[in-house]
Amino acid sequence: MPTKEEVFEKIRTALVEALGVDEEDVTPQATLVGDLGAESIDFLDIVFRLEKAFGIKIPRGELFPEDILTDATYVQDGKVTEVGIAELRKRMPFANLDQFAKNPAVQEFANLLTVADMCRFVEGKVEVAD
Amino acid sequence: MRWYWIDRFIEFRSGQYAKAVKNISLSEDHLHDHFATFPMLPNSLILEGMAQTGGLLVSEFNQFREKVVLAKVPKATFHCAATPGDQLVYTAKIEYVRPEGAMVTTTSYKGEVLHAEAEVVFAHLNHPKLGSLFDPETFLRMMRLLGAFDIGVAADGSPLQPPAQLVEAAEGRK
Repeated sequence: MPTKEEVFEKIRTALVEALGVDEEDVTPQATLVGDLGAESIDFLDIVFRLEKAFGIKIPRGELFPEDILTDATYVQDGKVTEVGIAELRKRMPFANLDQFAKNPAVQEFANLLTVADMCRFVEGKVEVAD
Repeated sequence: MRWYWIDRFIEFRSGQYAKAVKNISLSEDHLHDHFATFPMLPNSLILEGMAQTGGLLVSEFNQFREKVVLAKVPKATFHCAATPGDQLVYTAKIEYVRPEGAMVTTTSYKGEVLHAEAEVVFAHLNHPKLGSLFDPETFLRMMRLLGAFDIGVAADGSPLQPPAQLVEAAEGRK
């Protein structure tokens, strides 16, 4: 059973390998897109490395529910609606959406996810030691 | 210029791995520019050959229904130069295939010597403008030219056959 520190270390390794960034750049506060330069194809790569590192399965859209952003039910005039925000909160309990909810422009969504969010996501899938 | 950076498949196991050879000859024009006094196959073209080996492996696994496009190379290491007279053996092994893309790990050997290794990620694109780049007969011709159906093995152990829908589509376009 990994500790939280070990979860972070494995995620850091996965991000260094997938994104070619330096270890010291991968801090809990770093955003995947804005700070670490992740592009859409990188999420496929990152998901694979997390699955391998932790022996878990991550179905498409679970870490990054991009389907919501292209669903007219949840998006109007380039912004995620309140219903959409509620759906995102349900689908992404590991992420802090408060800041995004203030200006829920679709193009800002990609910059939302942080390394700490990713740690919480993995901690929700594996047993973590105290 | 033909964009073939492998010469022939020597092993092809559907859904698992493929091996292809690339023979380097001084008669390849580009070697005289890269470099005039030290001709070597550019590493970018070696990577392209490794990606072609893996890309066709992934495409075949998808029965050529997906538009498989080289999307990123998370890691590539070249340990030495490949020069005229060398024969490179590329091996590509499937790490995963998902609806949105795939990844292979690849190596290049010069005889017993590990010459290069790389990870290659492919995206499955779905854009109408890409249609003409993915004609069924193009794949059929490539796979046949490269001998994939002469030596290939299907997932069930039987000889590898061109997918029926690919043959039909290619015939229909004639």
